[in-house]
Amino acid sequence: MNGPVKIGRPFRGRVFRYGDHVNTDVIFPGRYTYTKSRPEEVVPHALEDLDPTFAGRVRPGDVIVAGWNWGCGSSREQAAVCLRYAGVGAVIARSFGRIFYRNALNNGLLAIVCPEAVDALEEGAEVEVDLEGSAIRCGDIAYEFSPFSPAVRSMINAGGLIEQTRRRLAEG
Amino acid sequence: MTEAGRPADMARTFAQKALARAAGEVAVAVGEIVDARPDIALSHDNTAPIAEIWRQFGQDRVVIPERMAVTLDHAVPAPTVRHARNHAEVRAFVAEQGIGHFFEVGRGICHQVLSEEAIVLPGDLVLGSDSHTPHFGWLGAFGAGVGRSEMAVLWATGELWLRVPESIRIRLEGTLGEWVTTKDVALTLIGDLGADGALYRSVEFDGRAIAGLSLDSRAALVNMMAEMGAKNAYMAPDEDVFRYLAGRLLTRPGRRKSRGSEPGETSGKVADRLRERALYPDACAEYVAEHVLDLSSVQPRVACPHQVDDTVGVCELESVRIDQAFIGTCTNGRLEDLGAVHRVMAGRRAAPGTRMVIVPASSEVWNEALARGWVADLAAAGAVFGTPGCGPCMGNHLGVLAPGEVCISSANRNFQGRMGDRGAEIYLASPAVVAASAIAGRIVHPREVTE
Ligand code: SF4
Repeated sequence: MNGPVKIGRPFRGRVFRYGDHVNTDVIFPGRYTYTKSRPEEVVPHALEDLDPTFAGRVRPGDVIVAGWNWGCGSSREQAAVCLRYAGVGAVIARSFGRIFYRNALNNGLLAIVCPEAVDALEEGAEVEVDLEGSAIRCGDIAYEFSPFSPAVRSMINAGGLIEQTRRRLAEG
Repeated sequence: MTEAGRPADMARTFAQKALARAAGEVAVAVGEIVDARPDIALSHDNTAPIAEIWRQFGQDRVVIPERMAVTLDHAVPAPTVRHARNHAEVRAFVAEQGIGHFFEVGRGICHQVLSEEAIVLPGDLVLGSDSHTPHFGWLGAFGAGVGRSEMAVLWATGELWLRVPESIRIRLEGTLGEWVTTKDVALTLIGDLGADGALYRSVEFDGRAIAGLSLDSRAALVNMMAEMGAKNAYMAPDEDVFRYLAGRLLTRPGRRKSRGSEPGETSGKVADRLRERALYPDACAEYVAEHVLDLSSVQPRVACPHQVDDTVGVCELESVRIDQAFIGTCTNGRLEDLGAVHRVMAGRRAAPGTRMVIVPASSEVWNEALARGWVADLAAAGAVFGTPGCGPCMGNHLGVLAPGEVCISSANRNFQGRMGDRGAEIYLASPAVVAASAIAGRIVHPREVTE
């Protein structure tokens, strides 16, 4: 297992391209959702029904570039968790299924809406993703995305929703 | 969050009214982020993994036990030791925390059971760790799905942030023709607007046609809006809804106490209070899109593998041979659906080589179908029945598909691999079309086997 990449600072990786309406069933199959939850259990099944070679190829910092409605379908959080622990730093898409979008950010996986980057980035391209600068860089070209709100950025920098809530509750 | 954007006298959508109530605000603007306190927090077989996340917070007690509802429905009775262990952990957590509403294996699918038990009422906010939580819009409630971590945070803090969504209005006119159902209406809308046609949005149904729709068919339509990407969906509740809930509240005294009704109340009084609590969008509220659909123009439709918005008229598909027909799920596993299947199948027989699997949405549906003699008739027609619950809907057990097999299903999702092997194909249709296809052994219009 690769383990997660730190996304608070700029990170680099390669592009894996997929299409429109990629649903949570093919990102993490339903047949495992009540028996596998821990990161080490879910990573080998990442994208199993879409691209069985993905889990063996992905490295920390890699990004997924996709079309419309990435992560539509089920609320299963493993769809975000399996990608993050496989090392994926960001999913860049034209739009997202809304529960996947929340799950991704809550788990420190960047979900970035950036149609220009989706148009331009090719399979295998080397990119740098910069959360604070709100930009994706490839060679000399930078694709900007709308900045995440301060609340979302502080949650990500706190280590995700659970870690942030844990600290908040501990402080009373 | 400008002051100009949120005066209390501004015309508001249902979503604005429901989220303002849940956040304790007079009015909220579209796009505003609110800290909402749900009336009900729903989880199911995923309660145990959520509890594992919640324990990281170091709390002894969840803060909202009386507002939590837990249903064992997704893989019931337990098909493997791992599932059984998961169920055991859920039961232990429910007992330890004194969870307000718990439903055992066999009671049925969470969305159906919470409706039947009158746990969700008009105007409520329901957050569920399940993507079909928009279902509760059929009762005039705001239902939205959240992830497991978010549910754990909700148990620990009692609230969660939500963005007030833009709304789409869909006005329904006219009446449904023979063999046409709200499943066909949903597939028509999703086919026209796309699987992301309502992404992040509140879908708000109104129009004269609603009064002519049975409660079961309202639930099916609202439920399917999850497949259009909706955050929530809503149908204006009327006297039929208030009567349905009032009757159920009266036979469940504990429920009435926990939701603040008085002992000795009559059904009319309870209905009055439900009516007062219901929320309706203002006539000139702002919508990002408005559609009008004449129900009499809708024809039986089928969604083809592997996308729910890839729809065609049933008559265009008549050479598709099927291995399995499946009736059930939170979309179309209710009494009206079994009635449609009975009308098509009773006195006939499933085609050789075609399996007919029926899983009622709840024990109430199952008992009523038994009492009416439908179960015996359908068994004679070759159907096999599963325990009320989700059944093979998400490929867990009880009717999963082999590579290369074709299934026609009354469910809501035909994603690749959803019902078993990724090499299987799933078509989605109304219960009547599914039943007719079981008789013919290929996808057909119900007319073909009944005339
Ligand atoms: S019946 Fe299917 S869609 Fe409905 S809650 Fe169960 S698994 Fe989900």
